[in-house]
Amino acid sequence: MRGHDIAVLGGGLVGSAIAWGLTRLGARVALLDEGDVAFRASRGNFGLVWVQSKGQGMAAYAGWTKRSSDSWAELQDHLRAETGIDAGFARPGGFSLCLSEAELDARIAWMRRLHNQPDMVPYPYEVLDRPALARMLPAIGPEVAGGIFCPIDGHANPLRLLRALHGALKARGADYLPEHAVEGIVRTVAGFEIDTTKGKLGAQQVVLTAGLGNARLAPMVGLTAPVRPQRGQIVVTERAARFLDHPMVTIRQTDEGSVMIGDSQEEAGFDTQVGAPILATMAERAVRMFPRLGQLGVVRTWAALRVMTPDGFPIYQQSISHPGAFLATCHSGVTLAAAHALHLAPHILGGHLPTSFAPFGPARFGVPAAA
Amino acid sequence: MNETVDLAVIGAGPAGLAAATVAAGLGLATVVLDEQPAPGGQIYRAIGDTPLRERAILGADYWRGEELVAAFHASGARHLPGTTVWSLDAAREIGISRDGAARFIQAGAAIVATGALERPFPIPGWTLPGVMTAGAAQILLKASGLVPERPVVLAGCGPLLYLLAAQYRRAGTRIAALLDTAPAANWHRAWRHLPEFALASPYLRKGLALIGELRGVPRRRGVEALRAEGDGRLARVSFRAGGVRHSIDTDLLLLHHGVIPQVNLSFAAGCAHDWDAAQLCWRPRIDEWGASSLDGIYVAGDGAGILGAEAAAERGRLAAFDAARRLGRIDAGRRNVLAAPARHALERASRGRRFLDALYRPPDWARLPEGDTVICRCEEATAAQVLEAVAIGCPGPNQLKAFLRCGMGPCQGRQCGPTVQALIARARGLPEASVGYYRLRPPVKPITLAELAALPKTPEAARAVVRG
Amino acid sequence: MRLSVDGRPVEARAGDTVAAALLAAGVLDCRDSAVGGVPRAPYCLMGVCFDCLVRIDGVDNCQGCLVPVREGMRVERQRGARTVG
Repeated sequence: MRGHDIAVLGGGLVGSAIAWGLTRLGARVALLDEGDVAFRASRGNFGLVWVQSKGQGMAAYAGWTKRSSDSWAELQDHLRAETGIDAGFARPGGFSLCLSEAELDARIAWMRRLHNQPDMVPYPYEVLDRPALARMLPAIGPEVAGGIFCPIDGHANPLRLLRALHGALKARGADYLPEHAVEGIVRTVAGFEIDTTKGKLGAQQVVLTAGLGNARLAPMVGLTAPVRPQRGQIVVTERAARFLDHPMVTIRQTDEGSVMIGDSQEEAGFDTQVGAPILATMAERAVRMFPRLGQLGVVRTWAALRVMTPDGFPIYQQSISHPGAFLATCHSGVTLAAAHALHLAPHILGGHLPTSFAPFGPARFGVPAAA
Repeated sequence: MNETVDLAVIGAGPAGLAAATVAAGLGLATVVLDEQPAPGGQIYRAIGDTPLRERAILGADYWRGEELVAAFHASGARHLPGTTVWSLDAAREIGISRDGAARFIQAGAAIVATGALERPFPIPGWTLPGVMTAGAAQILLKASGLVPERPVVLAGCGPLLYLLAAQYRRAGTRIAALLDTAPAANWHRAWRHLPEFALASPYLRKGLALIGELRGVPRRRGVEALRAEGDGRLARVSFRAGGVRHSIDTDLLLLHHGVIPQVNLSFAAGCAHDWDAAQLCWRPRIDEWGASSLDGIYVAGDGAGILGAEAAAERGRLAAFDAARRLGRIDAGRRNVLAAPARHALERASRGRRFLDALYRPPDWARLPEGDTVICRCEEATAAQVLEAVAIGCPGPNQLKAFLRCGMGPCQGRQCGPTVQALIARARGLPEASVGYYRLRPPVKPITLAELAALPKTPEAARAVVRG
Repeated sequence: MRLSVDGRPVEARAGDTVAAALLAAGVLDCRDSAVGGVPRAPYCLMGVCFDCLVRIDGVDNCQGCLVPVREGMRVERQRGARTVG
């Protein structure tokens, strides 16, 4: 196994985006991954590239999110040029729909509080009453009281994004190593030696992007990753001719025509079973929002585990005790893919996260930066 | 409030009918849930109302089903036809859909008797109109009295294919050719099972009689590289035999490479499964009563592994006897006494199966398609695309879903799962069992969003979904 | 009994499924597929292939092999993915 500049540990959306970003800058990258059955948050992503509603409690996150959304078209163009694969990104604007006046009032107040935060990045959004909403979304049901429209919200195809990133990595000569679960990381003169279930490899730097697996890996490089699983369930319908161009926060029609409906937030440990009461609740809200959805056949349901930090915001950190070791985790791997690939990877390659990343460090949890 | 029953039987084929008859006879409140409008499953399809007046066409084995159905109707077990079962969980809560409405039934014990389906036989052009399974042709014959008007090509191997050929002969249907794909090499594998088959199996006599009936049917052996060709519909079948490529003009091709257990419900419920290397299929892990790895859930009939219709009925009975013991209706001693005839009959009906499995093992070329051959009928993904995905690092069927959407269409992998698994295993040089299968979840058959929306909800669910 | 298939009257036998009735009437293919727009016809006739999808009395994506024919039933070919409302 030839030496690598950087080993990225975890081949999901976060790891593969960073790995691709690094490879683009000329680094020799190894991307390690587990096998076919693993936690794999990236397989359960809803697909939103979402700006509205991000950053309540951390304005820097809103700015990072918007920056990613603004760069997403560029990411897609690069990947299409390198692989021929279209990641399905569209930014037609997106909606949050409210099913009662009370819901709408709460939502409006929430958005106002979000945008009043100091250092909050400005972006447009509209509060729409029912008549205005019905002009943009003629198919909404009678119970929809109103909603929020944000013109810079969008969506993409998370599975095609993952496939495109992996394809581009292969085309650029990066080493993708599935079924190489990491068992240990030690510092060496040259950087790091990573012990895996299929042998050892060396790299000058390591980036931990293993999602829920980061909790186990982080201490190996003097970091901490207070992540926990948060279950979300999804309902997917059969393909249908296009009738919904804009994504809602809980409903979107994919580019293939199937309609995806989410989403729940459950503390269920590592259990990825689906449950009828939640599926039924999500289905009912979706049908109240768009009654004609009721006739569509449900062909699939799944549950995935979000990688959740204590406050829900990403963690980006570099190790002090193990220079050259970095960690990145978030639960919005699709939205942040562009930022990770285009704006985070260069700093990792440069060996240093600037102070603008300080809000994303673990100090905010009262966790010491050095183990 | 869910309806509650002692025993829910899923499927009204031989296993389900026999199980329900036993259970009702022992006083269990029993319901049989079945998708079809009438009992019989696929093997005894339309047994109550087939338009075929001449009993000789379908043959004696088919008409044996009459007795099973009559006993079922007399048993007092409830029958819910036209009912789709879309979920089953470890707590034996069963999701059903009937007349456009979904609801749950709670069962003290459940017997999954969903039977088998045709093994996918992906050849170039198999998605063309004019290509169907042999099983489909038998359903048309039994349920509608329909036979092909023009000469038909049958291709594949296995007892059900030869039975169909014989039934067509009896009905006067012209068979253009029977393209037998069983490799000569299968005899090497089958040879050691021959004594059991020849000396003790009930299938020997039937098999010999069938072969006798097929004299006169134009037959090719050792057929390979089968292709269905045509523009928008089947016009011609081409194949290689004896090293030479041949072509037959036809508008109907019937494919068959054996049947495999329907495992979507048992997988989605969470039952453990094992890979059967002789039958090249997954089957639920069961004990000698059919009890699965989930307490109170049994699997009976061909859904537990292919042993045929007579064995299916006996396995249904055994499962029902044990379910009755489990529910406290009889004790283990009484169960053993009552079950002894079924146990003995099952043993007899199982003899010779290993010979048939080996002799009619499908050839690799039919399980490992190449190039532009469609392997996922729903998403229209090809064999070449699967290999490409493996080449860029996809390790298994679940990751493959992320790349190609195979397994994400309405059939839920029924037509592509075995092929995907075989292709990935071959490409990676791994045993099929270690590559694994799709992770399946309910609904195992589609229900509408409106049906799902009307199911019971809880305050916890509302809190998890509706957030400020 | 009589059905209408894409507006044309078709005779069907009571007790047949829609898929069987179409095949008996010589209807060679029943839909154009959702992904490639290619003609498809019933394949398994037992509800596990989802190739026999047709619009029945205005409802899309019905499996023709699971629906018994009814007098006056309207059957229509689907072209591509189903419509929504």
